[in-house]
Amino acid sequence: MITPKPPLQIGLYQNGGHRPLGGGREYDLTRKLLDKGYAVSVIRSDSQIGKIREGAWLLLGCFGKEGPLPSVGNGNGAKLYFRDIDGLETSQILEAVEQVRGETELPDPGGWKPWFPVIDYNRCTNCMQCLSFCLFDVYGVHEDKIQVQNESNCKTDCPACSRVCPEVAILFPKYKSGPINGDVVRQEDIQREAMKVDISALLGGDLYGSLRQRQTEARQRFSTERDESRALLERKKCLRKLKKDFDIPDEVLMSLPSAGDIQERAERAKAKLAARQERSQTVRDTRPAPTEDDWGI
Amino acid sequence: MTQAVKILYCRCAYAKVIAPEVKDEVLQRLTQSGVPFEAVPDLCEMSARRDPALKRLAAEDGIKITACYPRAVRWLFSAAQAPLPKDTVDILNMRVDSAAAIAGRLVQEHSKGEESS
Ligand code: SF4
Ligand code: SF4
Repeated sequence: MITPKPPLQIGLYQNGGHRPLGGGREYDLTRKLLDKGYAVSVIRSDSQIGKIREGAWLLLGCFGKEGPLPSVGNGNGAKLYFRDIDGLETSQILEAVEQVRGETELPDPGGWKPWFPVIDYNRCTNCMQCLSFCLFDVYGVHEDKIQVQNESNCKTDCPACSRVCPEVAILFPKYKSGPINGDVVRQEDIQREAMKVDISALLGGDLYGSLRQRQTEARQRFSTERDESRALLERKKCLRKLKKDFDIPDEVLMSLPSAGDIQERAERAKAKLAARQERSQTVRDTRPAPTEDDWGI
Repeated sequence: MTQAVKILYCRCAYAKVIAPEVKDEVLQRLTQSGVPFEAVPDLCEMSARRDPALKRLAAEDGIKITACYPRAVRWLFSAAQAPLPKDTVDILNMRVDSAAAIAGRLVQEHSKGEESS
């Protein structure tokens, strides 16, 4: 999980006489705040404010002499801040927002491209292939169920684990094409070779196999021609092909462990799952349920 | 007249998967319409952070969400322990639909709701 602290939320108070911005400026300010990473609620009635129940909110509006909304309390667990923006330019409003955020000591919003797998549990069969496959501990197990637990460990733009899921159950909402991006899963998708790649075939066979074969070929050419730049080119060509076939970034390809390591990891996860299932089926078993540490995964 | 937030707009801030002209036009039409709405920079990021606002939004009866593929949006909410109700949510897809169609549906449906409330 990323930071548990929600950032400062912005309420743009646009109610009746308190409406400081016309449609054009409201659009401009909302867009700029969003692009800075702030969530914006365009509020058109006091009852909306009454519904705020969590986090820290900065309400921007024209509140006049009476001050900010005397009718609005702060009894719902949310912390409310007010800034009068009457007569302010957009840039001055943005400065005021930053100033309040500084006072609240809330985190700077944005900064991380949210790239991580999302599981479609209507399709997932809990086979744990993704857990065995992922090298960066993105996946974990909670109450015997596969979960995405460390989103920020995921390698940006790498959709490799979605390729090993036999059920097409792993989505990357920001991926370019379907069904990985969340588009409906069609029969052709399930049948497509890429979607049914078995872990061992992918890592122990095809991928490592082709890497090894190309490297051997390159080495042979090397020894006769002694042409280092040619070998480098060959390696680049090989990586380009793998990158293209599986859409895997270089960074991930370079950090792949050995095929043996992967197999061992898969076996270990499988054995632990089997042991766990056996224990839970034993009526007289009074041992406490194992924790994730016991699983060692 | 109730003015609960029933429209959620996702800006998809950290990727280029939604055409900028589509997301800009939807936002522009929303601001011009005079309806209340909530705009978030990136639902994916909120889901990863398990933002408590997702629970509040999921509990809004009849919420309309304009973001990307409905299957992705649903499971992003679920991943944040804020599952969306099965039948009462309308998810509009800015990756495939036009801005005019989306904004029209959001605003028109909202006005209908206002009339009947
Ligand atoms: S590989 Fe797919 S089906 Fe298997 S546990 Fe992972 S998400 Fe579920
Ligand atoms: S939910 Fe969809 S539209 Fe929103 S940020 Fe994620 S990928 Fe982009």
